[in-house]
Amino acid sequence: MAVARVRSAASEARLAGLVLPQGGAWLTAARGAALDRLTAMGLPGRRDEYWRYTDPTTLVAADPVPAALYDRGDEAPAFDAIDRLTLVFTDGVFDAAASDDLSLTGVEIVRLADAGARDIHWARELYGVLEARGQSPVARPLAALNSATATDGVLIRVTGKAAKPVSLVYRHAATSSDAVLHHCIKLEPGADFTLLESGPGAARFNTVTEVEIADGAAFHHIRTQGRDHERRVATHLFARLDANCRFKTFTLTANGVLTRNEAVVELLGDDSIAHIAGAAMGDGGFHHDDTVFITHDAERCESRQVFKKVLRHGAQGVFQGKILVKQGAQKTDGYQISQSLLLDDDCQFLAKPELEIYADDVKCSHGSTSGAIDDTALFYLRSRGVPEKTAQALLVQAFLVEAIEEIEDAAIAEDIRDRLQGWLARRMG
Amino acid sequence: MLEIKNLHVKLEEEDKAILKGVDLTVETGKVHAIMGPNGSGKSTLSYVLSGRDGYEVTAGSAVLDGQDLLALEPEERAAAGLFLAFQYPVEIPGVGNMTFLRTAVNAQRKARGEDELSAGDFLKVVRAKAAALKIDAEMLKRPVNVGFSGGEKKRNEILQMAMLEPKMCILDETDSGLDVDAMKLVAEGVNALRSEGRSFLVITHYQRLLDHITPDVVHIMADGRIVKTGGPELALEVEQNGYTDILAEVL
Repeated sequence: MAVARVRSAASEARLAGLVLPQGGAWLTAARGAALDRLTAMGLPGRRDEYWRYTDPTTLVAADPVPAALYDRGDEAPAFDAIDRLTLVFTDGVFDAAASDDLSLTGVEIVRLADAGARDIHWARELYGVLEARGQSPVARPLAALNSATATDGVLIRVTGKAAKPVSLVYRHAATSSDAVLHHCIKLEPGADFTLLESGPGAARFNTVTEVEIADGAAFHHIRTQGRDHERRVATHLFARLDANCRFKTFTLTANGVLTRNEAVVELLGDDSIAHIAGAAMGDGGFHHDDTVFITHDAERCESRQVFKKVLRHGAQGVFQGKILVKQGAQKTDGYQISQSLLLDDDCQFLAKPELEIYADDVKCSHGSTSGAIDDTALFYLRSRGVPEKTAQALLVQAFLVEAIEEIEDAAIAEDIRDRLQGWLARRMG
Repeated sequence: MLEIKNLHVKLEEEDKAILKGVDLTVETGKVHAIMGPNGSGKSTLSYVLSGRDGYEVTAGSAVLDGQDLLALEPEERAAAGLFLAFQYPVEIPGVGNMTFLRTAVNAQRKARGEDELSAGDFLKVVRAKAAALKIDAEMLKRPVNVGFSGGEKKRNEILQMAMLEPKMCILDETDSGLDVDAMKLVAEGVNALRSEGRSFLVITHYQRLLDHITPDVVHIMADGRIVKTGGPELALEVEQNGYTDILAEVL
């Protein structure tokens, strides 16, 4: 898919004004290379095909639009009851005092800001590398911008089964914060690791996570993107899978002015699976975009995309999902579903599902729907004595079930369901 | 006691009268049956009583034990003791049958100012009542009515009725789509619930359901009105001669 890019004067000026951070020979080189990529492709504009449904202006501007801090009241933080190693980033800067020690059996954790000075060969082979691979066939300038300018993040290498999940907690403290975080995760053969993320914590937030998964390893990723109403977020998750791997990512998004979550997954070894799921709930000024690109380049791999959005009061949802099956990727099993539940007539859901298949023995399916709450089901519940709002909340949860079922860990899934119920109680109760 | 007086109902979206003056009183503890040809307004009556959208009451009243049903929301009617067993029970993917039952039972208890049932107590009760209707644990776990056979759906309706313990039960063609054995099972479930404090309005096309659920009173409905009322023998007359003779006699 060739995507026409339109260079603008504003983009040129913004790029010319970029000052790359210093610190560390290999990192400086990687940042320079990322800047070269970015300069070649330019920043995205509304006229770019890949940004047709989501306006990137505020994501690429020199300064972030300020976002009021959000008071979450007495609501428990995400994953509160989960035994985990917590690393806190406040406005995109690692907060050692608020974090646990970077020590976990079977897991090596290095702060990106400390890594430049050290020659960590595995990080060096990963930082910006998957991002660079992910620039073709579709350019992802915000990811290159991230690789060029990120100063913080974590580098994680897992050699066995991690004793507990690593939880990245993003806190928002300054109304005009502009956070750029870059994480690299390497799973050695047979490793098993769960990454939790909660936040986001900044007025504008740009994250890139590069995940390399070696033979037989399993990676689980569960993310909540909090309810800070005015935040703007762009995330990229790049993953490369060898043989017999498991990759599962789930994101719960509630509110936020603008969210663009991109996932770029390459299945390079046989018999691997990649599941990418998301549940998003938007009420009012809310724009949520899931953009996914899955490449099957090996035999007998399975990929699943399950995206559900609940929209109300003018909220907008976007889904751009692609499955590319390369020649020789026989027995591929690809599935993609994107659905929206429109709670009133003001909201909008735009979906662009794509399949591109060059192998002749594959199974691929996709579907996309938009609809209102089923009146018949609503009446049935009410006729049994369930109040209308409770019945609506029950049907919204039912709509999201298929996405939440992608979370394997029962306790984490429970945490996500609790969050969802809290949101529904506040918004629809 | 359910008292329906001079009930006139039209479709909301078009100017079409469906019920044209229904008068019907179901005394507490009694079982009344309504029979009638297709299009006579039987199902509309059940929907209007339970509060479904799409109908407009143009005249008349429906009162359950002193409460004006027509002024209440569907969930308030349920809490007041009204229950409709649907002709076509609705499938709700994603909502577990058990969650559905517990939410309904506790919502009604709450509306009546009673304590909610604990998870343990609820489970005990639901298991016992489900067993009597031959509903297994697997069916309770599945999403509401999803993948249920016709018979399973109707048994699930009766289970809901048993759990909610309503005062006034309306059965809308509960026998449709059931084989003889399934119909017997459903009828046994209904008979087990018959009591002095509970009334039934059984809507059906056929006599055969009434072989198993013996009514105290039988009404014939035609063209939006109750046109004839009698004892159980009236149902037999319909079975033998059809509606034509009766209708010719009264209209």
